[in-house]
Amino acid sequence: MSRSYTHLVAQAPALPRGFELPLEPRLPRIGSVDAVALEERAGSLAKRSIKREAKVFALDLAIRMMDLTTLEGQDTPGKVAALASKAIRPDPSDANVPSVAAICVYPNLVPVAVQRVEGMGVKVASVATAFPSGQSPLEAKLDEVRWVVEHGADEVDMVIDRGAFLSGRYAKVYDEIVRVKEACGDTHLKVILEVAELGTYDNVRRASLLAIAAGADFIKTSTGKLPGAATLPVTLCMLEAIRDVHEETGRMVGMKPAGGIRQAKQAVQYLVQLHETLGVDWLTPDLYRLGASSLLNDVLMQLRKEKTGAYQSPDYFTLD
Amino acid sequence: MTELEHRQDRAPVPKDWTYAPAPEARDIVRLEEQYGHFVGGEWLEPTETYTTISPASEEPLAQVGQATEAEVARAVQAAREAFGNGWSDVSPAERAKYLFRIARILQERSREFAVLESLNGGKPIKESRDVDLPLAAAHFFYYAGWADKLEYAFPNRRPRPIGVAGQIIPWNFPLLMLAWKIAPALAAGNTVVLKPAETTPLSALLFCDVLRQAELPAGVVNIVTGDGRTGAAIVKAEGIDKVAFTGSTEVGKAIQREVAGTGKKLTLELGGKAANIIFDDAALDQAVEGIVNGIYFNQGHVCCAGSRLLVQESIYEPVVEKLKRRLGTLRVGDPLDKNSDVGAINSKQQLEKIQELVAAGEEEGAEIYQPPCRLPEKGYWFVPTVFTNVAQSYRIAQEEIFGPVLSILTFRTPEEAVEKANNTPYGLSAGVWTEKGSRILWMAERLRAGVIWANTYNRFDPTSPFGGYKESGFGREGGRHGLAAYLQFEDGVHA
Amino acid sequence: MPDRLPVKKTYKLFIGGAFPRSESGRTYEAEGQNVARASRKDVRDAVRAARAAFPKWAGMTAYNRGQVLYRLAEMIEARAAEFAEYCSGRDEVERTIDRVVWYAGWTDKLAQVLGSSNPVAGPYFNFTVPEPTGVVATLAPDEPALLGIVTRIVPALTGGNAVVAVASEAHPLAGIELAEALATSDVPGGVANILTGYRGELAPWLAAHMDVNAIDVGAANGDAPDLERAAAANVKRVVHGHADTQSPWEVAAFLELKTVWHPVGQ
Repeated sequence: MSRSYTHLVAQAPALPRGFELPLEPRLPRIGSVDAVALEERAGSLAKRSIKREAKVFALDLAIRMMDLTTLEGQDTPGKVAALASKAIRPDPSDANVPSVAAICVYPNLVPVAVQRVEGMGVKVASVATAFPSGQSPLEAKLDEVRWVVEHGADEVDMVIDRGAFLSGRYAKVYDEIVRVKEACGDTHLKVILEVAELGTYDNVRRASLLAIAAGADFIKTSTGKLPGAATLPVTLCMLEAIRDVHEETGRMVGMKPAGGIRQAKQAVQYLVQLHETLGVDWLTPDLYRLGASSLLNDVLMQLRKEKTGAYQSPDYFTLD
Repeated sequence: MTELEHRQDRAPVPKDWTYAPAPEARDIVRLEEQYGHFVGGEWLEPTETYTTISPASEEPLAQVGQATEAEVARAVQAAREAFGNGWSDVSPAERAKYLFRIARILQERSREFAVLESLNGGKPIKESRDVDLPLAAAHFFYYAGWADKLEYAFPNRRPRPIGVAGQIIPWNFPLLMLAWKIAPALAAGNTVVLKPAETTPLSALLFCDVLRQAELPAGVVNIVTGDGRTGAAIVKAEGIDKVAFTGSTEVGKAIQREVAGTGKKLTLELGGKAANIIFDDAALDQAVEGIVNGIYFNQGHVCCAGSRLLVQESIYEPVVEKLKRRLGTLRVGDPLDKNSDVGAINSKQQLEKIQELVAAGEEEGAEIYQPPCRLPEKGYWFVPTVFTNVAQSYRIAQEEIFGPVLSILTFRTPEEAVEKANNTPYGLSAGVWTEKGSRILWMAERLRAGVIWANTYNRFDPTSPFGGYKESGFGREGGRHGLAAYLQFEDGVHA
Repeated sequence: MPDRLPVKKTYKLFIGGAFPRSESGRTYEAEGQNVARASRKDVRDAVRAARAAFPKWAGMTAYNRGQVLYRLAEMIEARAAEFAEYCSGRDEVERTIDRVVWYAGWTDKLAQVLGSSNPVAGPYFNFTVPEPTGVVATLAPDEPALLGIVTRIVPALTGGNAVVAVASEAHPLAGIELAEALATSDVPGGVANILTGYRGELAPWLAAHMDVNAIDVGAANGDAPDLERAAAANVKRVVHGHADTQSPWEVAAFLELKTVWHPVGQ
C-alpha cells in the first residue's frame, strides 16, 4: 500500500458502512444524488446543437477516444486482427481520420492484439477479473490481471464485485481494487462499476468514489453485457464524482462510458456533457474513452457527410 | 493538464472546443409592417402606434398600436356584445372544443411562435421552444376539459361566468401568460379583453390568427396593445367585470386602489423575492443546477425567481465554488441560437434597473462575481451575476431585481432559514434543498409562500395552482383553483 | 331602594386574552352602558397580539382547532341565558351555537375539500393545501348582534387565522359577552381580539395596517371603497362578508393556497 496513487486520497484501510471518510487529504463528501434533477440536467445538455466545424471536431475526437471493443465468445485471432486494422486506419479512404485510442479484447486475445497494433499508436486494453460477473476468487482475478499485463496489455478493465458492494461489504470491494491496481503495476486500470446492477445513482456515486479512492485511473460504466449500460445521466453522475475528487485533491481521473453508444449523435452528446462538466482539460483520450463496438462506422459516416455534404450509405464503410 | 495523446501520424487533440452558431431559422415568422388592435374579430386600424423591437439587436420589428381609451372602450364593447349575444349560449361542451382547437393549433404552430417569442422578447429559443410553447398549449388543453365540468369543480355552488375579463400580462412569458389568462377565462364562459406587455406584443397578435383558424366567435377574445396607459384604460373601463393582472407589485397596488369600490373582481399575480434554501445534506450538484435554473432561467425575468440563495454555513464554500464554476459554462448570447442558455434583457429600461440595483449592491459592500463573458455589442445584455457577503438589509436582498442577479446569504439552523426566508413583504415562492423528508415538510409548512419547490425549482404545470401570499398578490392561476377566479357563485362568496 | 345593589360589569376590550380598558381612557354609551371606545393604539395592540398568537393557532392540528371551537360552542351554550339578553333572543343564541359547532366540524375537512393533489406532467409529486392567510381584520355587522359577529369571526378562526374584530357599534354587548366566552374557552389569548368603539374611526387603521393580511369590509359604513383603497397598501385580501351565512367558502376567503412540488425518483 505504498503506491503513489494513494497519497492523494484517503488512506482508507477500511471503508466501513457509512464511509467514515474523510481523512486528510480527503475525498469529497459522499453526499447523494437527486435522480430527477440529474436526468434533467443530462437531458438538457443532450439538446445542444453541435454543427459544422464543432461537429467535425467532436466526431474526430470521438474516434481518438474510442475503445474499439469485441467481447464475444466467438472472438478469434482473425476477428481481432481485423479489428486492429480498423482501429489503426478506421477509414482507409481518408488519411485524415485518426486511429482509435485502443482495442479492447478478452485476455486470450491480448497477444494477437498486441502483435497487430504494435508501433501504431493504438493501445490494447483487456477485460480481466472474471469479466463480466466478477464472481471468482480474488487470487484467480489477480492471476488473470498479471497474465494480461505480462502479455503486453496497456490497460486493464476490471469489474468490481457488485455482490460485495450491494451487501455493504465496501471494504472488500475497495481491497480488491487496491490489489488489482498493485498487480497492474504501470498498466492503466479502468474500474467497471456495472451501473445497471447498482440500482441507484447514489450507489453509482458511492462506487465511483470508492473505486477512485482505491486507485482507479479510470472509472467505467458497464461491461456492455447487460441492458441499460451507459446512459447520459449515469455518466454525468460519475463525471460529477470525478469533478469533486479533482476539486478536493487535484487528482484527475478518467471516465469511460461503455455499452449502448451506437450513434455518432450519442457520441457528440457524451462529449458535450464532458466538455460542460469537466471542461476542456478532459477532452483527451488520456482522460476519456468511449467504449463501443458498433459506433465507429456511424461516426465515420457522419464525418464523411460533414466533409462531402451528402448523406452516406453503410455499404461504403467496412465492417470489421 | 495531462499530456496529450501523441502519435507520429497526427497532431495532438486541440484543447478548445467552440460550438458553431446554431441559429433557429427566422424565416418561419412572417411579420407585418404594422399591427392594429384585434377587436370583435377584426383588425382595428390604430390611431397611434409605436415601434416594437428585438432587444437582442435593437432591430425594429413592427409598428404596433398604442390603444387609446376610445379603442379600449370599443374592445370592451365587443367583448360585452359577444358575452351577451351568443358566447354565453354556446354549450359548455362546444366551448371546450374551441379551447381544444386552440391548444392543437398552438402545438402545430409552436416553432413559429417560439421563434417570434425569442425574437421579440429576447429569451433563448431553447426556453421558448421547450417551456413557453408546450406549457401554453398545455394550459389550453387542460382548461378545455374543465369547460363542461364546472359543476364538478365547485359542487353545490352553481358556478356562472363573471362577464368580461380585462387581462393585463407581463413581458417575461408573453404567450404563456396569455394562455394562463385566456384559457381559464374562456373555459369559465367569459369573454376577454387582453393587453400584452408594451415590449412584447407580437406573439399575442399572432395568437389572433390562431383564433381565426380555430373559428372562435368574434369578440370573445379581443387584443389591444399599448403601454401602461392602455392597461389603465382597461382597468377603468365600465364594461369590465373582472381584472386579472400579472406584473409588478407597484402597479398591482395601483390597480387594487383603482378597482376599490367598483365591485370588479380582481386577481393579482405580483412580484417576489424568493429564498432558495440549501441545506448541507442536499444533493449538491443538483442543487447547484436548481440555483442556476432558479435565477438565470429567462434571464431572471421571473416573478418567482430564486433570487435570494440561503446556504447553510457548513457548505457555503463548496456551493459557491460549484456555482461560480457552473456560471462559467452558461452561454450568453443570441436568443435564436439553440445553444444559448441566457438571452437578452427584455428592454433598455429593465437593463437600467438591473444596472442600478447591481451598482447599489456593490456600493453597499456586497462582493460581486461575474464569469468572463463576451456580450454582443448591440442590444441589451447583462452578465449572470452573483453577490456574496450580502446582508439581509441590502437592497439586492430586499428588492426584486428581475434580472440574472443572485444574492447569497447564509444560515445555520432550519429555524433561521425560515426566519430569513419569510422576512420579506413578498410571498410568491421558495425553494428547499435537503435529502431529509421530514425537514422538507417542516420547511414547507413554515415558508409563507404560494409555491414551494423542494429539491427542484421553477417548475410549472397547468394542473398546479400558482400564486402568492402577502404582497405577491392574491388568487391562483392553474389547476381547479385557477378557475375560481373567473366564476361567480350562487353563495356569493368569492373564494 | 333594592335590598342589594347589583355589581355592574365594566365593558372592556378583549386584547391578547386580557380585558383592558381603552388606552385612550374613553368610553361611549351603547345599550345603556358605558362601553370602551377603542383607539388606533388599541388597534395597534390588538394586531400585535393577533400576530403573536397566530403561529400557535395556525400550527395546531386541525383536529385540535376543531375541539377548541367546539369548546367555544359549549361556553356560549353555558351562558345562553345571558347571551339571549344581549341579542334578539334565545333563537339567535341557538343559531349562533349551532353555527360554531358547524364550523368546528370543518377544521379537519378543509384541506380535503379545498386542497388537491395535482397530476403534473412530469416526475413530480405535487399537492395544494389551504393555509390561513394570517391576521384578519373584520367589522361585525350591527345586526344580528351576536350571530353577526360570530358569523364573521368564526370562519376566519376555523381556517387558523388570528382575528381582530370591531364589534357592532350599536349593539356591542353581545360582542363583549362573546369575548368572555372566548376567554373561558380554550382559544389561545390573542387569537381572537374584540374591540368596541366607533367602526368608522377604527376601520381605516385596520385597513391601512401593514401587518393585517385580510380585511372583511362587509359591514363597513359606506366607506368600504376607501377601506379597499387603503387595503392596497400591502395587497390585503378584501372580503365582503355577509351577516348571516355559513359556508366552507366563507372560510376559504381567508385562506391561501400553497402548492408543493417534489421530484419522484429512486
